[in-house]
Amino acid sequence: MNLSAFIIDGLLIGFVYGIAAMGLTLIWGVMNVINLAHGTIIALGMFGIYFLFSGLGLNPYIGLLLVAAVGLVSGMIIYTIAIQRVINAPHLSTLLATFAVNMIIIGLATTAFSTSPRNVDFSLGTISFGDVNILGTRAVAAILSVAITGGLYFFLYRTTPGKYVRAVANNRSAAELMGIPSSRTLALSFGIGTMLAATAGGLIATFFPFTILSGSTYELKSFVIVVLGGVGNPLGALIGGLILGAFEGIIPYFLPTSWVTVLEFVLFVVILLIRPTGLLGTRR
Amino acid sequence: MIRRNLLSPGLWLSLILVLIPGVIPMITQSASSREEIFTVLLSVVLASSLNILLGYTGYVSFGHIVFFGLGGYVGLYLIIAQGWSLWTAMVAGGMAAGLLALLLGQALLRLRGSYFALATIGINEAMRAFVSNFEPFGGPVGLSMNFQTYRDYGGAAQALWMVYYLVLALALAVVVISYLVKNSKFGLGLLAIREDEDAAEVMGVITPRSKTWAYVLSAILPGVVGVLFFFKNGTVEPGQAFRLQLSIELLVMVMLGGIGTVFGPVLGAFGYQRLRGLLLTSDIFKNIQLTVAGILLLVIILFIPAGAVGWLRNRFKLARRYLP
Repeated sequence: MNLSAFIIDGLLIGFVYGIAAMGLTLIWGVMNVINLAHGTIIALGMFGIYFLFSGLGLNPYIGLLLVAAVGLVSGMIIYTIAIQRVINAPHLSTLLATFAVNMIIIGLATTAFSTSPRNVDFSLGTISFGDVNILGTRAVAAILSVAITGGLYFFLYRTTPGKYVRAVANNRSAAELMGIPSSRTLALSFGIGTMLAATAGGLIATFFPFTILSGSTYELKSFVIVVLGGVGNPLGALIGGLILGAFEGIIPYFLPTSWVTVLEFVLFVVILLIRPTGLLGTRR
Repeated sequence: MIRRNLLSPGLWLSLILVLIPGVIPMITQSASSREEIFTVLLSVVLASSLNILLGYTGYVSFGHIVFFGLGGYVGLYLIIAQGWSLWTAMVAGGMAAGLLALLLGQALLRLRGSYFALATIGINEAMRAFVSNFEPFGGPVGLSMNFQTYRDYGGAAQALWMVYYLVLALALAVVVISYLVKNSKFGLGLLAIREDEDAAEVMGVITPRSKTWAYVLSAILPGVVGVLFFFKNGTVEPGQAFRLQLSIELLVMVMLGGIGTVFGPVLGAFGYQRLRGLLLTSDIFKNIQLTVAGILLLVIILFIPAGAVGWLRNRFKLARRYLP
């Protein structure tokens, strides 16, 4: 394989990374909460698609709609139970509250599903351009990711609840004075964040094998991407995802694959230090 | 000043809490109770040292375990490859951890709030990934110590007891250090940073220097205890040395006992390990012990954010005097 094939492969996966990070960046930007249950929700999205496809024989892309809906509702429930009470407390509280949710879900899920690897046996063939072969599932995932980003922007800029979300992100007390129901809006934002995470998990499941613990890998990647793209900036998350994807595509061409993680985290820490607002700036 | 501090009842109460369970295995000479208490004492050292940064200074670190892992690696490398004795390796492990904290502190402590917390996750993961690729440290396989090494310390059984005494001494030391720091001018500076960093700076606390030294101080003992743990273990490998999960368990212990108090992390370490032992051996909770721990953590954060000691101190005047 030549270098361009590596890069294209990396970029296609990068779109999906972008969606996963978008969920994290939205929650972080709107309510200043870093969701440490993010990875587990990605993993639950994977298992959702797995059971809908392998158990019920449902097409994964139809299953994705169901996974997204369940993600939205469960996110709102998580917010109401675990986060609402500590939303104004120091950030240690929200970090640990979301981590507690993570522990609860992981504990239940490992008991129910065990940690054995699964995969969704679904294929859309390959598309060839010259000597570059693209897996159909990855191409569809990339297209859907762009559509989801478009949908999110339509929601944030063209609908009333979306405008509420942006207003609360900008200045919560001012938004409350304008009569915006802030706690409902925060719950909705958290719901959308988990919905994006679950959807990203569902898309990843169509082309990578996974276990219930796989989520943590994607969670750490999402942190890197959020910092790359700037906190609270959904488009930045998509672009950050593409950068990380390309990065992951290029490095194995020059170095052993095991160095990818080292360089990713070095990049992460360096960006935090020299430009904590992200390469594209923070939108709040 | 120090003399008056050392006579305070609060300090002695904390020391007794460590010492009483600490001497039980010595009296019974039972290896199983020694192993049980060893885990607790290890947690006391790690949680109390974390508390210096987390509780006093207010900086949330998810990567405290990086110092434990680094100390273990440096120590074992020196013992195995360079033929150093455990004593010099312990010093070297502590110094390596302190040095890493000094370098990281200069850079990372400029970040505030959640950004610092995230960066510490990044450091831990980067370190794990780096060590997995670093040949002198054995790459992904790690390092294994020759069983013969224990002979220099009077055989394996004797060496295990020696490690136990050393960890007990370190647990007592960390309590004394936590107490002295909290009641010193340096410690007051740290508490001021926790409350309001900008105001502290205006009041004359040299914040970058104080924060860095707090970080270094919190890193040295985990480094030393890392050498001891992995010396006892005989092997060290990346997944075991830089386990993010353990970092978070330490946060839970500090929260459980009471953040920013001397007594709290000690109590939290005992409470958490006891609970974990109970859950692991119970038939009903064995499989979902993580879930039970998660629910407990959530309840503490939502309803008793000050932890056990903080709650007592807020409620009873006597506790404010005797529970530092």
